[in-house]
Amino acid sequence: MSRTPLDTVEHAAATPDVELPWAELGLKKDEYERVVEILGRRPTGAELAMYSVMWSEHCSYKSSKVHLRQFGEKAPESDALLVGIGENAGVVDVGQGYAVTFKVESHNHPSYVEPYQGAATGVGGIVRDIIAMGARPVAVVDPLRFGAADHPDTKRVLPGVVAGIGGYGNCLGLPNIGGEVVFDACYQGNPLVNAGAIGVMRHEDIHLAKASGAGNQVILYGARTGGDGIGGASILASETFDDAKPSKRPAVQVGDPFQEKLLIECTLEAFREKLVVGIQDLGAAGLSCATSELASNGSGGMRVTLDDVPLRDSTLSPEEILMSESQERMCAVVEPDKVERFLEICAKWDVIATVIGEVTDGDRLEIFWHGEKIVDVDPRTVAHDGPVYERPYARPDWQDALQADDANKLPRPATAQELKDQILKLVASPNQASKKWITQQYDHFVQGNTVLAQPEDSGMIRVDEETGLGVAIATDGNGRYAKLDPYTGAQLALAEAYRNVATTGAKPLAVSDCLNFGSPEDPAVMWQFAEAVRGLADGCRQLGTPVTGGNVSLYNQTGEAAIHPTPVVAVLGVIDDVARRTPVAFQEEGQLLYLLGDTREEFGGSAWSQVIHDHLGGMPPAVDLERERLLAEILISASRDGMIDSAHDLSDGGLIQAVVESALLGDKGARLIVPDGLDAFTFLLSESAGRALVAVPRSEEVRFNDMCSARGLPVTRIGVVDGDTVEVQGEFTLPLADLRAAHENTIPSLLA
Amino acid sequence: MTARIGVVTFPGSLDDRDTQRAIRLAGAEPVALWHKDKDLKQVDAVVLPGGFSYGDYLRAGAISRFSPVMDTVIEQAKAGLPVLGICNGFQVLTEAHLLPGAMLGNDHLHFICRDQKLRVENAETAWTGDYRQGQEIHIPLKNMDGRYVADPYTLDKLEAEGRVVFRYLDFNPNGSLNDIAGVTNEAGNVVGLMPHPEHAVEPLIGTGRTDGLPFFTSILKKLVNA
Repeated sequence: MSRTPLDTVEHAAATPDVELPWAELGLKKDEYERVVEILGRRPTGAELAMYSVMWSEHCSYKSSKVHLRQFGEKAPESDALLVGIGENAGVVDVGQGYAVTFKVESHNHPSYVEPYQGAATGVGGIVRDIIAMGARPVAVVDPLRFGAADHPDTKRVLPGVVAGIGGYGNCLGLPNIGGEVVFDACYQGNPLVNAGAIGVMRHEDIHLAKASGAGNQVILYGARTGGDGIGGASILASETFDDAKPSKRPAVQVGDPFQEKLLIECTLEAFREKLVVGIQDLGAAGLSCATSELASNGSGGMRVTLDDVPLRDSTLSPEEILMSESQERMCAVVEPDKVERFLEICAKWDVIATVIGEVTDGDRLEIFWHGEKIVDVDPRTVAHDGPVYERPYARPDWQDALQADDANKLPRPATAQELKDQILKLVASPNQASKKWITQQYDHFVQGNTVLAQPEDSGMIRVDEETGLGVAIATDGNGRYAKLDPYTGAQLALAEAYRNVATTGAKPLAVSDCLNFGSPEDPAVMWQFAEAVRGLADGCRQLGTPVTGGNVSLYNQTGEAAIHPTPVVAVLGVIDDVARRTPVAFQEEGQLLYLLGDTREEFGGSAWSQVIHDHLGGMPPAVDLERERLLAEILISASRDGMIDSAHDLSDGGLIQAVVESALLGDKGARLIVPDGLDAFTFLLSESAGRALVAVPRSEEVRFNDMCSARGLPVTRIGVVDGDTVEVQGEFTLPLADLRAAHENTIPSLLA
Repeated sequence: MTARIGVVTFPGSLDDRDTQRAIRLAGAEPVALWHKDKDLKQVDAVVLPGGFSYGDYLRAGAISRFSPVMDTVIEQAKAGLPVLGICNGFQVLTEAHLLPGAMLGNDHLHFICRDQKLRVENAETAWTGDYRQGQEIHIPLKNMDGRYVADPYTLDKLEAEGRVVFRYLDFNPNGSLNDIAGVTNEAGNVVGLMPHPEHAVEPLIGTGRTDGLPFFTSILKKLVNA
């Protein structure tokens, strides 16, 4: 095999004129020049590989950083926040000595290319972030968005994504307790596969990604390193250094959940024995990321011998090893006298573990290959000093026309029969239909702590078996609202997730987000992004729920057409005793139905405007975060004091959607009366925010009303749980059996 | 006195801790057993829990069946030690030939997780004494390879000898022959089933039912009264 001489640091210094393929690796000319300036010479091939991947949009947030700063600057005072933005995941105090870490990330592009593996490795990546904080993962959630439900490609992408999430998560033993499935033609060619995970630990078990203490050993453990997930490095390897070698490999990584399960157990056992000083998972940018982040966050430098990395493919070049995104790998920093025990634990779990380097006194990250130095950098310049762009942004020309195209002026049903027909059509529409066919492919029960899982408003997990302490999580996002007004749309996503957590009886504590947008090089998209971040940061400040971390996914577009701006917001909450949780399903006939909050004529971006009129225009529902906070307080108090037996948040599809879901889940019907001052159409289908439906036992009626009026929350008695139909008096009656058929057959008939 | 019930952890076992909890809630003492260790620590009964041992690679249960601990489990089961295999544990028991038949992929080719209705067909095994013959119960089911199959001769024999312990009711979730959800050996000490009784032991958790608890109280009573 012909191999050109190794591009060592020494060689690079001696050959300043060698041309490197920086453009092919995605660096801009000025970025490359900046690397040369930092190093005072041209980079070696290995250094270029590291800079190019760590300075990519995905790893450096170079387009979004200037906006994301608001999450820190506007962060509300919160006693609950133990670890904030910047670590693998945020950590929140939930009381009784417990801490919870949670985060949502995207795996959008890989999931379009290869739905099963793209989605599976998305779950794997977020779970490793949770382990890296020192926590045992206890649940996952998956907010998903696909193209039109009846588009042929959706039938390729969706079943693969769902099988991938299930195949990986089920095999890890993590209950899948929440998420969303949304269909919209704007996601055709650009599905959004976001994955969230929650982990639980004791306060004293929090671990951070940093390498300190000269002489401490750097251990790489987990899967062997292979050639998967290498994008640009292949170019570098094949075109610059070794023309003879075939190195076109799949750019999507392949997951092995069994290996990850072993990784979880052996990492937790090492944590229990206090063997770990610092830890980092290997995700995007692989070893380049792990070594540069560990070294830059610690007090010293690091020396790594790349020859010691266990390989799946012995022909890999050092650049490829540094950039490989092989899954199921972690990197731990361990004191020398604890290395033996750490390796023993790995051996017990049949996990390969290898010392690949050590922490040094200096401040350099040095990497060696065959005894020669191929990387000599200040790790901070790789991990933290990437470029920051102030990309131009401008409110698009079409925004005014879009907002002027008022959905409230669309033709409404003229007769009771027409209203009934439209409602039946709505509950059967793909976005409003039951997602059971999808969620039953996920294990909800494993670990034996699942209190609530989808289709409940939030997923809920018991944390302590003795006290009943629990945590809840909900994820929400509505790209249609955000398209109409990104600032309001982001706040509506926050408000809905916050409300969903409170509806189940939990107190909202903190936020993670996954911001899915089109190309940042388009000023209109950048404006949507800037507005959404501003809206979310302002909203979090007002609600007192800090953003603890998250993820940005840009370039979600096919050609010129960007997806709807889609900020997905996850809210984490805590409940003192899971026995107090409030389910969605109607529990008992005769209980009284109350509508909390104000109903206005708000149809912009609504499910009705989409399903009946294929329309998107006007303004999204108004947001009143103070009202959301009051509503949440009422829902939490009512749950704690046993005043309500079921509750359901009102969002897309309006009141009737909530009533139908609660009725079908409880297998009990409802009789509704249109309140004074509202017409039946607005009452049933408006999507005004800040509302919830609750079922109150008759014995609690007075107490519940008194509480609402004392605190100033509008409350309207709208009916009673009764029978086996949903009846709106004077309008129509729909048998539960018909509603069930309409609601539950849609997804299987499209996808099964 | 109480009984000591062992729960084996294979690499990839998922419901081992849940099963230990169920044993504790039933009033017995759970004992963790490790797949590489032949020693059963003098337990009175053994549960092989659910999960994806060895990632279900090759075939569900096919590799675990050769774990060192299984040598002892097989030997003692043949001598009368009560053994329960849940889901992946059931798959291991068929691979180990402690129970007849085999498990194939679900006929619809998807993982399925649901609250499953069952009928208790045999309330006389070591693990089902606290149920009534013919009792209808709900137990969570969650699997990828749950389709029970056996040759016609074996099926006839199982039916004739009353060795079908549980049958799926209303809906066959995976295409199992004769709607079989669980079977026992000739002596009635070894039972395997696909649904997960350990996920139905607390009123608040999972489906909110406790229909699975009698598995663990049954064995406890049998051992204490023995």
